[in-house]
Amino acid sequence: MTGLLLIILSSVFFPGIILRIKSIASGRKGPGIMQPVKDIIVLFRKNNVFSDTSSLIFQIAPAVGLTAVLCSSLLIPFADKPALINFDSDFVYFSYILALGKFFMIIAALDTGSGFEGMGANREALFSMITEPAFFILLGTFSMLTGYTSFSDIFTQFYMSDSDFVMIFSLIGVYILIQIAMIENSRFPVDDPKTHLELTMIHEVMILDNSGFDKTLIHITTYLKFAVYGSLIYNISVPAGWNIYLQLLLFAVVQALFASTVGILESFRARNRMRKNPDFILTLTAISIVAFVVVIIIRGKMI
Amino acid sequence: MKKYLETYNNTHSVRINDIPVLTYDEFCLLAEELFSEQHKHCLSYHAIDSGKEICFFCIVADDSNGKIYIFSHRSAKPVPELISLSPKIEQLQIFEREITENFGIVFVGHPWNKPVRYSHNRHDTKQVMNNYPFFKIGGHEIHEVGVGPIHAGIIEPGHFRFICNGEKVLHLEIHLGYQHRGIENLFVNENEGLKRCVLSESIAGDTSVGNALAHCQLIESLSEFNAPEDLQIERCIALELERIAVHIGDTSALCADVGYQLGQVVCEALRTTIINTTQFWCGNRFGKGLVRPFGTNYPLKENTIAEIRKILSDSGERYFTVAERIYSLPSVLGRFDGIGAVTTDQAIRIGAVGMAARTCNVKRDIRATHPFQYYRKRRPEIVIQQTGDALARGVLRWFEAKESIKYIFDLLDKWEKIKKSTKPPVYNYKLKPESFAVSAVEGWRGEICHVAFTDANGEIVQYKIKDASMHNWFALALSVRNQEISDFPICNKSFNLSYCGHDL
Repeated sequence: MTGLLLIILSSVFFPGIILRIKSIASGRKGPGIMQPVKDIIVLFRKNNVFSDTSSLIFQIAPAVGLTAVLCSSLLIPFADKPALINFDSDFVYFSYILALGKFFMIIAALDTGSGFEGMGANREALFSMITEPAFFILLGTFSMLTGYTSFSDIFTQFYMSDSDFVMIFSLIGVYILIQIAMIENSRFPVDDPKTHLELTMIHEVMILDNSGFDKTLIHITTYLKFAVYGSLIYNISVPAGWNIYLQLLLFAVVQALFASTVGILESFRARNRMRKNPDFILTLTAISIVAFVVVIIIRGKMI
Repeated sequence: MKKYLETYNNTHSVRINDIPVLTYDEFCLLAEELFSEQHKHCLSYHAIDSGKEICFFCIVADDSNGKIYIFSHRSAKPVPELISLSPKIEQLQIFEREITENFGIVFVGHPWNKPVRYSHNRHDTKQVMNNYPFFKIGGHEIHEVGVGPIHAGIIEPGHFRFICNGEKVLHLEIHLGYQHRGIENLFVNENEGLKRCVLSESIAGDTSVGNALAHCQLIESLSEFNAPEDLQIERCIALELERIAVHIGDTSALCADVGYQLGQVVCEALRTTIINTTQFWCGNRFGKGLVRPFGTNYPLKENTIAEIRKILSDSGERYFTVAERIYSLPSVLGRFDGIGAVTTDQAIRIGAVGMAARTCNVKRDIRATHPFQYYRKRRPEIVIQQTGDALARGVLRWFEAKESIKYIFDLLDKWEKIKKSTKPPVYNYKLKPESFAVSAVEGWRGEICHVAFTDANGEIVQYKIKDASMHNWFALALSVRNQEISDFPICNKSFNLSYCGHDL
């Protein structure tokens, strides 16, 4: 339960921190840390506008997307307390419940019949598809390392394993999860949430037709997703057995650091060319595979 | 008899009757002969309706010796079908399209004779925006993407139709005309000098000084007036200030398009300091009201000069620092390098001018080849790039801004030494009757060409404007071929062509 509450709480501040960091980095005064939340409140009061050509799919997709992320967050444990739901191989469930949300967003984009949105959907589907192996191989590595297959068990046991190399796996895990979070949330360097150019957008172009309430749901989905990934990052970087109050503090620090990383990354570089994105994402899979092979050797499972 | 009339930019007017009239066959032969040389390009080719007959005027600029050649053809109405010159001289395509649109003249063999801008007094009013004949490609894997005319962000209206295979662009067709205001006719209908001046500043809002200068030069040529040296220098400084401001602003926009926040915000701020300097000088950030015929309301003063010097050396230094950073950052280079390349051959054939030509290793700069105002006495360095891609267009802006700043400092030094002849502008001018004048100015985007004809009473009967965009839009269409569609915005921004300058 704590895990879920912490995720929801941190998702409130997450976009604000990114925004603040970007403002500071560009020498601007910028909006306050709560501005995204205020925007959400404004949007919540607005009505939806639906195009005549779109069907029910388009109308339910944002809600399905939000539900999917909320469901996935139920699986994330905090400290040594197990998550609300946990069962063997629940990371597969985690990944595909998120994919379900994304699937609905993609078919909703196709549902609008707009040339732009089809293009965005195509890109989003491609990039999600090639991100998936990286995530699964990483989780496979963790399972192999700890000998368990559910998030709650993996993270409780992570630092208790007898391996001397656990820090290395932790670092690799943090790196890959940060990158996956950036890709899944359509941030740099794969996508640029700030761009106004439909032709270069990936995620933004898919939601061009959403307005008012539905758009709010989509925003909240993104913020929650960030917090979910931030939570995963936290879990593999801090041992589960530590003092709970210290952990609460560390959780806040890790989430803030994650948000700052996103902000800094977006301030001082340009985004990738579209053609370069698949290479970039496949690199993550490559790193996961290396980690996986190493863990097989360590565990002596190699035949 | 000479087949064409020779003249120079911004000197004096010529009598209309002195322009040789050729038969259409001779006209074509001469055009082919002239345009076979790469250092000649078309300044303007247009037709005017003189009641009983249609007169075609072709104005060619020779970059090698600074001359301008004019020749004409007259044809009684109704005009018979004419052989199109475009298949042989690609750069004339847009002009022939314009003539067809306005007068319904059929050019046989024109491969792409589509409406240009749907002028109000066009020949065939059945041609409307909605039935524009877009080029089609068939096939199962081919899809079309239409962008505009309403865009996300604050740009002017224009429609872009892409034919794509997946992410790859096979063909781009640019459909403009949404900004048409009939500005050429307004110049004829309006006979108050001041109103014409204000009008010229509104031809393209981003090139106020350039267009105002082209207009004033034209009026002065038609009145046989030679601007005093100090006035010439002031005009050149205004033009260069505009160039610097726009180049810095474009650098900012380019950074924004690739998501490089640092470059974007720094250049945005620097552009403001430059346009504020123009405001300090004349009260308007875009230099409106600064360039006026026969004189000026805002002569340079000691404090203006001090301000220009201070801002240019300070902001210039900052801009060079950030530009160096931008164009050495791997992630930015990865986005610009090799994107949207136009070859030298393409640039010459479509008659690209200004920046678009200079990035493709074609030395076309009116300031150096057909100098006007003070450029005649001190020619600026032409900056060129070889690769013709988005990176070249970005870097060219950086180097040109550098050159312009240096040039302004030179001009300021010179201005301080010479005798001042401060005179107010004159608006109730009398133009020479039955005359014709050409005025070309190198605005920041490229050459701007204004042409006017007067009648027996010295009233303007025809006013033609040609912005660099007329030629260069085609360069944009070529540049995105076989590129990814997601790179189009960068190509578009790196050209930064004018919609209203084209649509008039």
